[in-house]
Amino acid sequence: MIFAFDWTQLAQQIVIGLASGGVWATLAVALVLIYRSTGVVNFAQGEMAMFSTFIAWSLVNHGLSYWAAFFLTVAISFVAGVAVERVVIRPVESAPVLTVVIVTLGLFFLVNGAARWIWTPEVRSLPNAFSTRPIDVGGVAFSIQDLGNIAVSLAAVGLLWVFYRFTKLGLASRAAAVNPEASRLLGVRVSWMLALGWGLAAAMGAVSGMLTAPALASFDQNLMQPVLLYAFAGAVLGGIDSPLGAVVGTMLLGVLVNLVGTYVDWVGTELQLPVALAVILGVLLIKPTGLFGRESVRRV
Amino acid sequence: MPEALLELQEVEARYGPLVALHGISLKVDEGEVVAVLGANGAGKTTTLRAVSGMVRRSGEIVFAGKRISRSSPEALARLGVAHVPEGRGTLTDLSVRENLRLGAYVRRDRAGVREDEQRILGYFPWLEQRAGQRAGTLSGGEQQMLALARALMLRPRLVLLDEPSLGLAPMVTAEIFRIVGELNEKEGLAVLVVEQNAALAFEASSRAYVLEAGKVAVEGSSDELRRNESVRRSYLGY
Repeated sequence: MIFAFDWTQLAQQIVIGLASGGVWATLAVALVLIYRSTGVVNFAQGEMAMFSTFIAWSLVNHGLSYWAAFFLTVAISFVAGVAVERVVIRPVESAPVLTVVIVTLGLFFLVNGAARWIWTPEVRSLPNAFSTRPIDVGGVAFSIQDLGNIAVSLAAVGLLWVFYRFTKLGLASRAAAVNPEASRLLGVRVSWMLALGWGLAAAMGAVSGMLTAPALASFDQNLMQPVLLYAFAGAVLGGIDSPLGAVVGTMLLGVLVNLVGTYVDWVGTELQLPVALAVILGVLLIKPTGLFGRESVRRV
Repeated sequence: MPEALLELQEVEARYGPLVALHGISLKVDEGEVVAVLGANGAGKTTTLRAVSGMVRRSGEIVFAGKRISRSSPEALARLGVAHVPEGRGTLTDLSVRENLRLGAYVRRDRAGVREDEQRILGYFPWLEQRAGQRAGTLSGGEQQMLALARALMLRPRLVLLDEPSLGLAPMVTAEIFRIVGELNEKEGLAVLVVEQNAALAFEASSRAYVLEAGKVAVEGSSDELRRNESVRRSYLGY
């Protein structure tokens, strides 16, 4: 029996996968930023992103357009991220890693609780940032929203890359992550670089949240929990200390999860999250440094 | 008598409950190379760390007429003190060029920085070809020279140099001390260098302090100390 494989569907599903992967990528990059400077995975990153999304929702509710709310929320989130580092992380800056991990777990519940306290349960949604109309590319119909999500995610990550790669402050931040003591001797205010990293991570998380919400009919305070898991899985796949790895890893994961969900009947949409967990487990067993990560060369 | 560039008076330092310096007094004049010698654990490295604020200290430390006993390392860099730490402080994941740039992190005079970069590359011409390379891939000797070059990018008034010979071949060490000597002669660079290799240290410096158990045991001109019977026996081995 011969049946024609539907290439159009494959192309569509790949783009849909890239779109979700892109949204996860922004949160994954936030995780990597914190991991590189603080040495821990910030378990509260998703909740902070959720909080940002609720801020955006409030702004839209007060009459701002989606994009005005978007940029204002990014700015607010940056400031809030810096503040969180100064108030919550700074006191445990030189404490053992486990202590910091537990503090971020505490932050998870704190932020989640605060969001539940401020915003009552009700059906809420964010307007779509892009038209949901399909557009035709070479005979295949893609949704403008998916393409827009990919573009915004890549733009956000790209801007961050430009900052770290080409600005003096970005260079100093990287130095502070590599060798804090030597950096202090060069005059770098290492402690503030850490706060800057938290601010940027919070801003990236906000982007992720504000791209995640419009795709849903309604969202609540658990909005970012699956996204955090996907972002973490993607970051592990790419190498938890590599920003490029985080982007490639989440994009790959997005495509993988979506294709498995589409073509493997018994997975469907319900079992997509376990696929991500399987990826985490597989990577940690086979190649713990991920695709792009490396064991850093350090003299002992 | 002109005021010293750097002066320590009865400086104590501790790591937690452990007292590492029991009241050290020393000074460095403008344009002078001063050596600090002593066995392992005598407090040489701690002396430098006390100056730049990397360890809890008490006592008087004055740099260029300013009291710095309570200053942070970040502030010291801004006053013009370049500290090349133990282990060279190489930023391993960054490129050689980025390491050099960070040496001038606190400076605002872009033109001057560019000028200094050219001048410094004159001392270390090989750095130019390796500019794009990750600093962690350089050999130990190259990393030590990079650390020195990076310190110079600050246009420092004083360089604190922590055991530049550590783990390096004698020829490489000799080259590093030759460059330090040249910088001092040509540019009047003031250096406080910690060194275990006493022969090298006496050769490179005009004055020296010998530390024992966190105190200054002997001090004087390097020529004097070289002839000192007990110093010779303990540190030069003949």
